[in-house]
Amino acid sequence: MAFEQPVLEGISFQLNRGETKVLLGEAGTGKTLILKLALGLIKPDSGSIWVLGQEVSAMREQDLFDLRRDIGMVFQESALFDSLTVEENVAYRLIEETRTITEEIHQRVLEALDFVELKQTYNLFPAELSGGMRRRVAIARAIITQPEVLLYDSPTGGLDPVTSNTIIELVVKQRDVYETGSLLVTHRLQDAFTMASHYFDKKLNKMVPVEPGSSRNVHTTFVILRDHKIIFEGTATELLRCHDPYIREYLS
Amino acid sequence: MAYFEDAIKERVEAVQDYSLLAGRSLSNLFSQPRYYADTLMQADLIGVGSLPIVVLIGLFTGAVLALQTSSTLEQFGSLSLTGQLVSLSMVRELGPVLTGILVAGRNSSGMASELGSMKVTEQIDAMRAMGVDPTKKLVTPRVIATVTMLFFLSIISDLVGLVGGWAVSYLLLGLDTNQYWTTAYQALRFGDVFMGLSKPVVFGFIISSVGCYYGMTARGGTQGVGRATTQAVVSASVLIVVSDFFITKLLMQIFHY
Repeated sequence: MAFEQPVLEGISFQLNRGETKVLLGEAGTGKTLILKLALGLIKPDSGSIWVLGQEVSAMREQDLFDLRRDIGMVFQESALFDSLTVEENVAYRLIEETRTITEEIHQRVLEALDFVELKQTYNLFPAELSGGMRRRVAIARAIITQPEVLLYDSPTGGLDPVTSNTIIELVVKQRDVYETGSLLVTHRLQDAFTMASHYFDKKLNKMVPVEPGSSRNVHTTFVILRDHKIIFEGTATELLRCHDPYIREYLS
Repeated sequence: MAYFEDAIKERVEAVQDYSLLAGRSLSNLFSQPRYYADTLMQADLIGVGSLPIVVLIGLFTGAVLALQTSSTLEQFGSLSLTGQLVSLSMVRELGPVLTGILVAGRNSSGMASELGSMKVTEQIDAMRAMGVDPTKKLVTPRVIATVTMLFFLSIISDLVGLVGGWAVSYLLLGLDTNQYWTTAYQALRFGDVFMGLSKPVVFGFIISSVGCYYGMTARGGTQGVGRATTQAVVSASVLIVVSDFFITKLLMQIFHY
């Protein structure tokens, strides 16, 4: 498929270790494409993409497989393997050759499912779960091997506010407890601001708002896309102070 | 004019993509990881799963062969040649080709729909994103399983066809059992058996590679999957029949018929 117009143009940014970047923009601005480019699922027409020290845009498909084990991706529609149980889905990277779940792997699966609070579902099939639960299983599947980078594609897309909050809490938990770098694509502003204004308290074991005036760094920056280009990059505070008319309208 | 050009370019690209996938499915055998468990599972689904239908169809094909040719043979007083005729027809031609078309209908469509459904629900992308090569995990096991299983299914089909032919010969035509089986056995030469066993290898490769190709390139939701499934069966069946002609001609040349 070839479009006459470029879908993304002049996109350039850097994700540092332990940093979370939220990609915002209206539907169809190519946000999901950036994630697929980062994984090497698609190749760019020009330019280069470096992930974990390797040039993803120049590598062949066969060579990318090893690199992808250090990157976790949560797809928009969960993309769980529907003929496998939740346990087999979450353990996928660990059992792909032997297909047998050892006791050790079973424990790791339960740990990952525990993180997303779905420990009791390991024997069910994806079709038996709700959309929000499937999304959480997809997160468990992505984090089980403790990847260095996580890519989230609209993790709260199509979910009700309560479930969305649960998902965002998990993203914030992953960000603060494991300090994994991540790229999160969303068109929901409220989720992005929640992430910028909350942190995960390990003692209370839940997400709590950052006290106003505190100097806590949540390591979260925003990138806004419009008309194939980046029109803003910075923290939440900088975003609120921005004078661009489109952004002001977008925020309201 | 541009439309015509695009149509041709599309076809050429399709052939190119298919060839690359078919080549990859075999070259994958030479590198790690190899998915033995998946291959065995596929062999069970394709081979053992197709067994009942292959036996049934083989039996009645052999029977109908004996039946149909009996009237003609009788005219020439050559009814005793029935065993020979059924044997050569089944082993050289009908066993491999009918079994191939059956398995194409059953399994090529299954592969196309399974892989197609995975493709349109992003499961193939999810697999790639997790560092698992879909051609190694999905395609190569199916290709190896189909080639191996079709080989044995054709042998079974040949045998069962001969039994069907014998049943008609003995029960309806009044031929001698011993004569039937001896002539059936003696009529076969090395060239016949070679032809009858090399065809399943080629057909098996066609069935699985075509099925997987259409599955992996399915687009457009459930309608796309349906389309891919139909096209897979049609293409596989046509390719089997066409390649059958060329293989037969080539082998007849080699074995100096």
